[in-house]
Amino acid sequence: MSANIGAIPLTPDRAPEHPEHGDNYLTHGKGIKSWLFTLDHKRIGIMYMVVVLSAFALGGTFAIILRTLLWHPADPTAPNAAASYDFYNHVFTLHGAVMVFMFIIPSIPAILGNFVLPMMLGAKDVAFPRLNLLSFHIYVLGALFFTYVLLSGILHSAFGIHMPGGWGLDTGWTFYTPYSTSSSQGAVAVATLGAFILGFSSILTGVNFIATIHMLRPRGMTWFRLPLFAWALYATSIIQILATPVLAITLLLLTAERVLGVGVFDPALGGDPVLYQHFFWFYSHPAVYIMILPGMGVISELVSTFSRRHIFGYNFIAISSVAIALLGFLVWGHHLFVSGQSPLANSIFSILTFSVAIPSAIKVFNWTATLYKGDIRLKTPFLYAAGFIMLFTIGGLTGLFLGALSVDIHLTDTYFVVAHFHYVMVGSMLFAFIGGLYYWWPKMFGKMYHENTARLAATILFVGFNLTFFPQFIMGSRGMPRRYASYPIKFVTYHHLSTSGAYIMACGLVLILLNLIHSLRKGKPAPANPWGANTLEWRTPSPPPHDNFKETPVAGDPYDLHGWKQIPGQDEWVLDKQEHKTIDGPLHDPAAQPHH
Amino acid sequence: MLNAILGVASNSFWMPERSSSTVSADVDGLYYFIFYLSLFFFLLISFMLVAFIIKYRHREGGKPHEPAAGHSTALELTWTIIPTVLLLVVFYYGFRGFLDMMVEPPNSYEVLVTGTQWNWTFTYEGQYVSDDGKLHIPVNTPVRFVLSSNDVIHSLFLPAFRLKKDVVPGRYNRFWAQATETGESDIYCAEYCGIKHSQMLSNVVVETPAEFEKFIERIKDWTKTKTPLQAGEMLYNTRGCAQCHSIDGTAKIGPSWKDMFGSQVPIVGKGNVVADEDYIRESILYPNAKVVQGFQNPSGGSQMSSFLGQLNDNDIMAIISYMKSISVHFKGDLTPFKQKLKQPTTAPLTASLSAATGAKTVSTGSSSGH
Repeated sequence: MSANIGAIPLTPDRAPEHPEHGDNYLTHGKGIKSWLFTLDHKRIGIMYMVVVLSAFALGGTFAIILRTLLWHPADPTAPNAAASYDFYNHVFTLHGAVMVFMFIIPSIPAILGNFVLPMMLGAKDVAFPRLNLLSFHIYVLGALFFTYVLLSGILHSAFGIHMPGGWGLDTGWTFYTPYSTSSSQGAVAVATLGAFILGFSSILTGVNFIATIHMLRPRGMTWFRLPLFAWALYATSIIQILATPVLAITLLLLTAERVLGVGVFDPALGGDPVLYQHFFWFYSHPAVYIMILPGMGVISELVSTFSRRHIFGYNFIAISSVAIALLGFLVWGHHLFVSGQSPLANSIFSILTFSVAIPSAIKVFNWTATLYKGDIRLKTPFLYAAGFIMLFTIGGLTGLFLGALSVDIHLTDTYFVVAHFHYVMVGSMLFAFIGGLYYWWPKMFGKMYHENTARLAATILFVGFNLTFFPQFIMGSRGMPRRYASYPIKFVTYHHLSTSGAYIMACGLVLILLNLIHSLRKGKPAPANPWGANTLEWRTPSPPPHDNFKETPVAGDPYDLHGWKQIPGQDEWVLDKQEHKTIDGPLHDPAAQPHH
Repeated sequence: MLNAILGVASNSFWMPERSSSTVSADVDGLYYFIFYLSLFFFLLISFMLVAFIIKYRHREGGKPHEPAAGHSTALELTWTIIPTVLLLVVFYYGFRGFLDMMVEPPNSYEVLVTGTQWNWTFTYEGQYVSDDGKLHIPVNTPVRFVLSSNDVIHSLFLPAFRLKKDVVPGRYNRFWAQATETGESDIYCAEYCGIKHSQMLSNVVVETPAEFEKFIERIKDWTKTKTPLQAGEMLYNTRGCAQCHSIDGTAKIGPSWKDMFGSQVPIVGKGNVVADEDYIRESILYPNAKVVQGFQNPSGGSQMSSFLGQLNDNDIMAIISYMKSISVHFKGDLTPFKQKLKQPTTAPLTASLSAATGAKTVSTGSSSGH
């Protein structure tokens, strides 16, 4: 179908399912070394997926253990009560630290971003492929380090096995001083070093993505034709580069205090433990947006593709990503409303916190409006997008309770906060990640997953998630403090509900995993474009060849879905070029004309 | 004010059972205001989401809908400006409520609150310590709390009052509260502080002024109302000792006090020492000086924080008396001299002790086993 000879080589209209020599990035090069030392962004993305999902499995296992421990309050008079509390404290620390540093932060950028971003830009690879590989190797190193410290603590606390250098961590993922410097001793320095190493991986990925988006956009892709997923990764990368070094500074100060006896955070040396909280949240609050912004980017893609509609209010969504990234730097103090921070600072941080709510609200309204008069396909990725919108709305709205000063005084450090951030981190970010994984899975492996099983798993996950975390809003409001190994019996019903929900969630996640594994072995072959999406990664075969594209594509409006038609009864969409036009302008910029 | 508009009852599903401070009704009012606001927006978005999905779902053979506009500045400004205004309203009420919490009425009665892993100590009028480990305060009286920590960060959480403040080592944090009804409610530690964080519990007891006055009289000077032995037992239970030291021989986070006094204890890196008065005093004030083998923390130090400045000499001697009373290795006699005169001189020591004080004592039968 090469009717357009002489015209713009936009795309193979219908990408050949089997490229001439049958070569794709998965078969290009064999052996373990061809993976471990590859410079191919797609293979690096897949390797990230294996490691990051292993971290997710570890963190998830410990989530199940801690919910099981909380099924019923421990008997405080039992002879082993202190040991069981100690075990719980190690478990919740491992769960939080692994999930935050090893799963949520790298999940969407490192897995989906690495795989998709260069192809979305019609590029062969990221701007600095070697740096990309280095950031993966650094991630693995940091992850091993971090996991060793945490797991050795679990072994010690549960079985009395003492591994060299490992007393583990029972400080929570926040490592607040002076508890962290007085109790777990050396382990905190080692664990922070692990987080420090992981941070470098994050910074290098950020640098790479920014350079890639600046330098490798194809012809026709002006800034406001950049897919929203790329906008979100761009905003995320800015935060990664600017915020992560603060974590390194904090570690150096902790080390200086321990080694040189300089009082920074330790009151015994004349330091201020609240200063540590400022440092910590100056990094970790922006890090919250590292976690959620890429998810918002994924949702923008999913909502538009599956409602067969141009994304509503593209500019507002794109700009709000950047606005969230920048405003996210100005709100860290809302974690310290009861720490003794001055009332003036509290008031300023409160109003700045509300200001972040506005761009988030805009996105939710825009996604919802995109569905209006659409032609909605209830495919699995769309179910996750719809779930995301509902859960993120709850996560965002409950943030208002915590932003309001007087109410936060009551709610902070209770299960209300736990529920709130799980609605954002799990209900939103995890849903976006899984939705994105289903969406790009056919592109990654050239295989379709089983649709109805995937829908069933999505439903189970949604029900389980709400059952787990909604009761936590109630018990938190009613006064249940967080990080409690045991609790007053009056909260037991809520804990029963929450633990039951966690088991249901686990079933949903296992079903998702089984379905994806099954698709690798028995899945139907995926066409180049199973969804009729118009971003450039769908203009190349599934799985893509080593160099991504035979011919460099030229970009139009990424959300112009005109002309994409589904072949009846099949998972395949083809482009009718006559109908393909942007809604409010010509297909291509004049500047986008090739020079031959 | 908001709660008046919303008609919030003082006892509601989403909030703790009791609402008993001057600020709690205001907090509940704002909570419910945000709750209904959130409910409205959640239902609005969910309704649109579900309605659009149903109405505009793909139908085989159906005609695609005429596409709507890709954006609408008017619409987008609307859903930027309306949330902005609502957020400012929420901020304003939160800010006002917070100012009420911050601005302390003049002439507030002061209570010092000290957090120690994993115990609360409440000190009145600069020196008198609550003898039941509970926070007693008078009703309808502004009370200011001055918070300090002996070790790590804790957080004093009074759910019934809707108040919370971190207890930070190296600085004094303050807040004030005025209880509006008598009765007892929970105190939690809300900032993670180690192994027994979840056991760092107490109660706030709101009393009538007359009851409170009685309480102060009671705790004013234990030397007038209690023997050192009784005081030692009270201190053991209220000052955090019981969190880590058992009196029945089971090892908890620290060594058991049963039969400890006068025994040989193995010390990390120092061989055995006799647990005499000097040793116990030193261990209370400088826990790292001699740590009992098997109870050291990962770096070899003690898991206990110093009670220097927390317990005075009378307190320490009272605790030592109590430890003596539960140790078979103590050969002296703690019976007050007055009662001792009445005892036949041949009576066994422990029997006279138990008769005199009613404290837990070691029977002669069990001591023969050691």
